[in-house]
Amino acid sequence: MSEQAVHDWIRKAVANNDVVLFMKGNKNFPQCGFSAQVVQILGHLGVDYKDINVLEDMSIRDGIKTFSQWPTIPQLYVKGEFVGGCDIVREMFQAGELQQLLDDKGIAHAPSTMTA
Amino acid sequence: MPMDAQDIERLIKAAFPGAEVTITDLAGDGDHFAAHVVAGAFAGKTRLQQHKMVYDALQGRMGGALHALALTTAAPKD
Repeated sequence: MSEQAVHDWIRKAVANNDVVLFMKGNKNFPQCGFSAQVVQILGHLGVDYKDINVLEDMSIRDGIKTFSQWPTIPQLYVKGEFVGGCDIVREMFQAGELQQLLDDKGIAHAPSTMTA
Repeated sequence: MPMDAQDIERLIKAAFPGAEVTITDLAGDGDHFAAHVVAGAFAGKTRLQQHKMVYDALQGRMGGALHALALTTAAPKD
């Protein structure tokens, strides 16, 4: 796939799914500690999300970096908008900002305690 | 080629003069670091923008030579 085609594919994926996590491995078997942390946080929040394993497709692994202009994986998208990588997601979660973002975007999640 | 803590600190300080930069070698293997950066340039920026500024300072090494950098950023408190 050309970079343009990959970007189109990613654009569609983040448009068609409220919450998308580009990660190494999948939500049941993360293959990187950073991806695993985000899976844990989303799991804790009981958020329904689509996981996309970048290890299965080199063009997506590279394409998501240029699409988001962000150099690392995982990458979390909510309602088509790039939220951040592992550090940002964790900081937002700890500050209650991730829960607030999900509320603002109308995405269902479990009531949360701060103990993930 | 892995980076050492001094390289990371030097690149970040070059981009943010006067910044307070704390690098921790998490695993002692020269490959997994944590960085805490407090810089005036972060004032008024979102967390996403702040992290991106640090990644830019690392000039493409993030995700390449630098596999693991757990990053926290803040603007200085008055």
